[in-house]
Amino acid sequence: MSLALKALKKSPWVFHVNTGACNNCDIEILDALTPRFDVERFGIVLVGSIRHADVLLISGPVTRNVLPRLKRLYEAAPKPVKVIVVGACGCRCGIFRDGYNIIGPADKFIPVDAYVPGCPPKPETIIAGVVKVLGTL
Amino acid sequence: MDAAKYLLNFLIFPGFLFTAVVGLLATWVDRKVTARVHWRVGPPWYQPFADTVKLLGKEIVVPAGAKSTGFLVAPLVGLAAATLASTILWMANLYPTASFVGDSIVVFYIMTIPAISMIIGASASGNPLGILGAAREMKLLTAYELPLVIAMLTTVYKAHSFSFAAILDYQAHHGVMLGSFSGVIAFIVAIFCAQAKCTMLPFDIPEAETELAGGSHIEYSGAPLAVVRLNMGIMFFVVPVFIITMLWGGVSLEGWRILTTILKYVAIITIMVLIKNTNPRVRIDQAMRFFWGPMLILSIIAMILAVLGY
Repeated sequence: MSLALKALKKSPWVFHVNTGACNNCDIEILDALTPRFDVERFGIVLVGSIRHADVLLISGPVTRNVLPRLKRLYEAAPKPVKVIVVGACGCRCGIFRDGYNIIGPADKFIPVDAYVPGCPPKPETIIAGVVKVLGTL
Repeated sequence: MDAAKYLLNFLIFPGFLFTAVVGLLATWVDRKVTARVHWRVGPPWYQPFADTVKLLGKEIVVPAGAKSTGFLVAPLVGLAAATLASTILWMANLYPTASFVGDSIVVFYIMTIPAISMIIGASASGNPLGILGAAREMKLLTAYELPLVIAMLTTVYKAHSFSFAAILDYQAHHGVMLGSFSGVIAFIVAIFCAQAKCTMLPFDIPEAETELAGGSHIEYSGAPLAVVRLNMGIMFFVVPVFIITMLWGGVSLEGWRILTTILKYVAIITIMVLIKNTNPRVRIDQAMRFFWGPMLILSIIAMILAVLGY
């Protein structure tokens, strides 16, 4: 394993993408970043700019409007970048699968490395998902 | 022979290598103290080094609308300037014969170059938020420089010299500047200006993570981002050392004085981190009013007290 990848495991910077979620998963993602769970112990930081991101945390099914933005975000992220889908809707569209504006889960359009199911998943589950992705590096 | 020695001083000690390592450790102290204020555990000590190595290994993205030369060269110019400022400062502190006439002026203006390089880099990035960050950085620069210059002039007036050697010599014989009324007021002004110089809250207006999503370094990725962050770490090291030299008797690595040096430095950065963690971000107009109002008046009072001999 190269030194850069080893360092990447120690400091994954997370960028949060909402592709049309009901905001439930987003609240849980923010919970995972609170002092109670303190993910900065493992170097995990929420960043504001896609250019700083190592991990894309996607919540929600992909809507028609957001698809071009999602593709551009994935292209704009400096590689290597890992993609994690959070929530039942992100994995298989969940209760929104028959919606008129839903065109499918995120893995139809960009490569996804991990799925964290749940409606919404607990913060512990989200952290476990991130750890599993880092284990595959 | 001399050239090789100067190059060694610039690259190893007390230049790039020393400054970068201590600067990155200082950013860890910042993050750790912040975590303790939040009642968290915080990152391990090697976190800034892991961040830097990771960023060096990532892809470098140059946006389509960017002028790539200015965009990529600007952080390196800032890094070179910050390192040079640290080298001159430490050489003058460790070997008084290395000090020259007016080196405090040289260090003072070299310390503004990292901010100017960020303005150039952000303007070249072609990102509207980056350009907004650059404009704010420029306004902030004009705001904090004036009070800081006048605060530092109190020391220069008392020591009757612009060279670090004479300033340190004066403080060794007449007691540190911080022991006098004018010195205390100048120190307060200098701490707030250092806060703005390191772009820490409440003056992180050019970066404004929640508002401009990174502002002046929004478009940087990979190795250039590592250099930008290294720059910020080095400035977090150089500015407090400059204040210690001008107002608090200087730094030293001899015998037990190494301990007082570390204590002085950690005291200053702890004050800065506590200010950072207990204040919200101010608007750019509030910041300018703060520096051109209360801070300027305070620094002028310090200057008048120094002239009167307090």
